[in-house]
Amino acid sequence: MTSTPPDLRVELLLRDFAPQVLGALVRRFRDFAASEDAVQEALAAAAAQWPRDGIPDQPRGWLVQVAQRRMIDHVRSEVARRGREAAFAEETPLAVAAALAGESEIDPDDTLLLLFMCCHPALSPASAIALTLRAVGGLTTAEIAKAFLVPPSTMAQRISRAKQGIKASGVRFQMPDARERAQRLSSVLHVLYLVFNEGYTTSAGPDLHRTDLSNEAIRLTRAVHRLLPGDGEVAGLLALMLLTDARRAARTGPGGELIPLDEQDRTRWDAQAITEGVGLLSAALRRPQRGPGEYQLQAAIAAVHDEAPRAEDTDWPQILALYGMLLRLSDNPMVALNHAIATAMVHGPQAGLELLTPLDDDERLRGHHRLDAVRAHLLERAGNRQAAVALYRAAAEKTTSIPERNYLEMRAARLGAAT
Amino acid sequence: MKFMLMLNTPRDGYAKYMSWPKEILEANAAFMIEFNRKLSAAGELVGAEGLASPVQAKLVRAGKDGRPITDGVFPEAKEFLAGYWIVDVDGPERAYQLAAEASTAPGIGDEPLWVEVRGIMSGRQDLE
Repeated sequence: MTSTPPDLRVELLLRDFAPQVLGALVRRFRDFAASEDAVQEALAAAAAQWPRDGIPDQPRGWLVQVAQRRMIDHVRSEVARRGREAAFAEETPLAVAAALAGESEIDPDDTLLLLFMCCHPALSPASAIALTLRAVGGLTTAEIAKAFLVPPSTMAQRISRAKQGIKASGVRFQMPDARERAQRLSSVLHVLYLVFNEGYTTSAGPDLHRTDLSNEAIRLTRAVHRLLPGDGEVAGLLALMLLTDARRAARTGPGGELIPLDEQDRTRWDAQAITEGVGLLSAALRRPQRGPGEYQLQAAIAAVHDEAPRAEDTDWPQILALYGMLLRLSDNPMVALNHAIATAMVHGPQAGLELLTPLDDDERLRGHHRLDAVRAHLLERAGNRQAAVALYRAAAEKTTSIPERNYLEMRAARLGAAT
Repeated sequence: MKFMLMLNTPRDGYAKYMSWPKEILEANAAFMIEFNRKLSAAGELVGAEGLASPVQAKLVRAGKDGRPITDGVFPEAKEFLAGYWIVDVDGPERAYQLAAEASTAPGIGDEPLWVEVRGIMSGRQDLE
């Protein structure tokens, strides 16, 4: 990686350090919101100085010191302010005096503790995503705002509200007990999954300059995997991301148009990412455990697709079996839709269409374009072109995704012209 | 998810607005300021604008030489867009809730105004 430009090298380094520095400050000062602001200031100072003056010998120590100095300034001015406001004088935290004297220590588990805080179920998904990207990912508010196409002031408000939410929830900067831990880890993985999904956009057109949220999600999930190497679901999520991201180059055409899995040029898939994803997944599945969780199953499905040299080589019976297992774990209607597709691939389109009928009554799919799109797809396979065209169009009208709409319209037009 | 909330006014809405008594004008302005402040504090506001009176509005299209041809607004139009908000919220239910609140802006008349809620297209896809 010697060719990485110095600015980018500094940026990546800073973002790796961000949660470690923040963890050290939060453990010492206990005030998460103010510590987080202090760390952002230290990161900004480093981003300005390091490319010019060179990276210091102890970069992490440098960041901790600068952040600490900002934090101490903040604490002093708070103490002074509270001193002036006699009514609040007795609320001055006792921790302040100790904090001003002590040393900030680095603990590798801090990244995990911070994720547990930022992904706390008390926060809305949008708040948790924004706060995670800033506090753990080390992205600036402006970068996050750009990625979500909202004004920076809006993103700043969202982050500050998320911090208030953490304060109000009373969640503490410490490892939850074993029972709560599993639940909290699943919230963390869900937020990381959502970040990855946010990044799953077309790589051309108006979104070309989007901060790469998929890469960021992979980077953060890697960090969690390093800390919890024995957790099958963490490994499963990382594998799922790698196996999905491996198809990125083949997923969109030159005009940003969506190319479905069975039409993708598989030579453009990232073989290295596939090897890594399959390796992670195999190791996770070999471990003795109660049975694979949702992320491992989804990763296994992605792996079966990735390992087929041609679309017609896809092991659909295997995929159908995996969706069957997934359905038993969750009643997600999107899983039921994919299960119907896999059924159609193994037992014919009619069998798939029959599985869609009960989904018409599922509240969660009401007005959702995907039910129409899947039914259109199966009707097309069954040779019912007219009905398929109508449903492709109906689906195109319902989606708010530009690439999906274009794809569905194109599908309808192609089929309509052929009749 | 982003949505546009469009506040429409009847054809004579702007003219009527000019003749509102001072207290109602003030109450309306205070309502809008507070509504926008709350949206912004919630981290949900992407943008909001009020539109000038349609008296000044023009319909425009390119002529054969590519230059603009202008015309007045449609004389048969029953409603005009008076202003809009673009919000980024967790889902449509929240957008409807905000639209309902916006519709209760103080004015003359017994009924809240209709606010049209439309989804905004994006480049993202869902994982399959």
